[in-house]
Amino acid sequence: MKQMNMIQAINSALDLVMDKDPSVIIFGEDVGYFGGVFRCTDGLQAKYGEHRVIDAPIAEGGIIGSAIGIGVNGLRPVVEIQFADYIYPGLDQIISELARLRYRSGGEYFSPVTVRAPCGGGIRGGQTHSQSPEALFTHLSGIKTVMPSTPYDAKGLLISSIESNDPVVFFEPKRIYNGPFDGDPNKPSIPWSKHPGGEVPEDYYSIPLGKATVVEEGDELSIITYGTMVHVAQAAVSNAGISADIIDIRSLVPLDIETLRLSVEKTGRCLIAHEASRFSGFGAELSATVQEECFWHLQAPIERVAGWETPYPHAFEWDYFPGQERIMAGIRKVMEAA
Amino acid sequence: MTPKSRLHIPRPPARPGDAPDFSYLALSQAGAVARPDFTTPAREIENLAHELVRVLDDEGVANGEWDPELSKEQLIEALRLMVLTRQFDDRMQRVQRQGKISFYMQSLGEEAVSIGQGMALESGDMLFPSYRNQGLFILRNTSLVDLMCQCLSNTRDMCKGRQMPIMYHNRQANLFSVSGNLGTQYPQAVGWAMASAIKGEDHISASWVGDGSTAESDFHYALTFAAVYQAPVILNVVNNQWAISTFQGFAGGERRSFAARGLGLGIPGVRVDGNDLLAVYAVTEWAAQRARQGHGPTLIEHVTYRGGAHSTSDDPSRYRPKDEWDAFPLGDPVKRLKQHLVKAGHWSDEQQAELENEMKEVVLDAWKEAVTYGTMTEGPQLDMRIMFDDVYEEMPENLKRQREQLMELRGVKS
Ligand SMILES: Cc1ncc(C[n+]2csc(CCOP(=O)(O)OP(=O)(O)O)c2C)c(N)n1
Ligand SMILES: [Mg+2]
Repeated sequence: MKQMNMIQAINSALDLVMDKDPSVIIFGEDVGYFGGVFRCTDGLQAKYGEHRVIDAPIAEGGIIGSAIGIGVNGLRPVVEIQFADYIYPGLDQIISELARLRYRSGGEYFSPVTVRAPCGGGIRGGQTHSQSPEALFTHLSGIKTVMPSTPYDAKGLLISSIESNDPVVFFEPKRIYNGPFDGDPNKPSIPWSKHPGGEVPEDYYSIPLGKATVVEEGDELSIITYGTMVHVAQAAVSNAGISADIIDIRSLVPLDIETLRLSVEKTGRCLIAHEASRFSGFGAELSATVQEECFWHLQAPIERVAGWETPYPHAFEWDYFPGQERIMAGIRKVMEAA
Repeated sequence: MTPKSRLHIPRPPARPGDAPDFSYLALSQAGAVARPDFTTPAREIENLAHELVRVLDDEGVANGEWDPELSKEQLIEALRLMVLTRQFDDRMQRVQRQGKISFYMQSLGEEAVSIGQGMALESGDMLFPSYRNQGLFILRNTSLVDLMCQCLSNTRDMCKGRQMPIMYHNRQANLFSVSGNLGTQYPQAVGWAMASAIKGEDHISASWVGDGSTAESDFHYALTFAAVYQAPVILNVVNNQWAISTFQGFAGGERRSFAARGLGLGIPGVRVDGNDLLAVYAVTEWAAQRARQGHGPTLIEHVTYRGGAHSTSDDPSRYRPKDEWDAFPLGDPVKRLKQHLVKAGHWSDEQQAELENEMKEVVLDAWKEAVTYGTMTEGPQLDMRIMFDDVYEEMPENLKRQREQLMELRGVKS
């Protein structure tokens, strides 16, 4: 075991799969010589060469489109989009092509592209460096969507994503690259070395996609969340002094419905939290799923805590971010309901 | 043996520790490129896309047909605006380092592009800047206090706290809202120019992207639409040699100039010494005349150098030689214009030092005023309620509810 932050864990995952499988290549803006603006690919070009860790022109549609072709021709591209906010020029290639290639060719063609993208707010990035666009991708059929909340999960899930023959969009919550974040920007930041999720085996391991993890166990309430919000929910639960299951779904598609069902059947109450805007956010899907699966067990309406339905504002970052106070208000509401 | 294809990976001529090498830059002598009449068809002036229009030579003397023959007053005003832009950048860079603003991007070394072009255009012409065109805002009399308040996200922020620093706009001065997404402004500028032509008006538009951003599809959309409709627009590529850590070869600059990108569509391309204010002015005036009088778009490539880091989040010593700017053959635009003025007997070292001090003071005074309207941590704060305004023209019910929810949480009466 080694202490790693999320950047190092991602780097380690990339290093191991590249070492194991010579068909894996990395492709993206500033990923090569420089090692990426967040340094996730640091040292990899020096180790694997310019033909396997390739700097790309600034054209997300070009990167994803050519990655599809690279993948069709037998290589396994791991694409980095510098910020999730800049994935949109590549959307047509993702939606119309990458997601549907296998289906439209009667199962004959596929391209095992993994698209990595740092997402989420909390770094004073304003509306072009803070977005959480994961829900857009979950609405597509044919693509998997993943978001880890610890270095340990990031490494294991990224390895599975790269090895998956289906395309995967892998979101990395950049606010927790260097340490867990409980939603309070005024507290000094905590490094991953102080968190069990920062203990990461140096060797190869993988975590299957489609398996949620129960981060904390309790019996009064089920909190369903992912990404940075896992840590915020933990802090809120400890402040609220209640006994709650906190479920980190980790993979949005495929979704581990069974774990959600078992938890909500046990607790009878459910709160869903994510950073993205609420309306048509992934919480809507989670809420509908829980309702369908657990309706007769529910003792209160399902509560959703999410970003407001505005773009991500620069000055009001901490008024926008659904922090502990909003989760606690949500907890009160769902607990007080008859 | 038949040779096999091999992936070509563009490599910059120098990395940290190497001696800077600009031998790849094709240069022309100042005054060597002929100035065609502005009505000349694109196909007859393709040379302009490959040569380099220069007016000022290494001694600071103006040469050739492209000399715009600006008055002494115009030259001094251009110098003042460039120095002011540089001083503004310097102050904002420093206050970012002190944690007073969250982020900043300098235009160090590229000041002649914004100032030279802004001066050559009319105030009714619509500008779609990139994030490195602060000079255009300064030139069009956006008050420094307003620019600083935007960077501070304070109570006088024109963006009402919604945008990162430098994402300015100035509607009155016909300066469009700067976008953080690369290249998006390019087709928008073409559309603005199309509307001008549809309405039969005289005004033209202009837009700017970096060398790296030319790879984005929006760049190509813009060229196609501008060519198809012969839109009255000036499209500028500011080739400062770098796009964060990747050099201009990664945007396809290794084999052909960026100015040549328009030729395939019949758009004239002009490659200009972007650090030569006179040449920038002259080329812009020429392109503006073309556009205004119905001869369509022009693509201008400004050859310059990004003198500073990409942004305050960047450390260029990781990917390029520290002394690369010193070796850049086209020098520093401020020094070159100053040298020209001195040579012409209009200016002296003392006056230059005085100007620099004066601009430094102007910037400092503006800063002192700007912080009285609040900073991220001190002084008056924006009312968080305005976060919910302007999403739509009228606030929908869901946002009213969310605003109320937030007020309740914060214990504020709404
Ligand atoms: C669509 C999009 N992709 C990526 C980015 C991240 N990014 C910001 S600036 C930049 C480099 C741009 O280089 P260039 O166009 O040469 O302009 P310069 O910064 O040199 O002025 C990149 C990759 C972005 N802002 N938007
Ligand atoms: Mg550039």
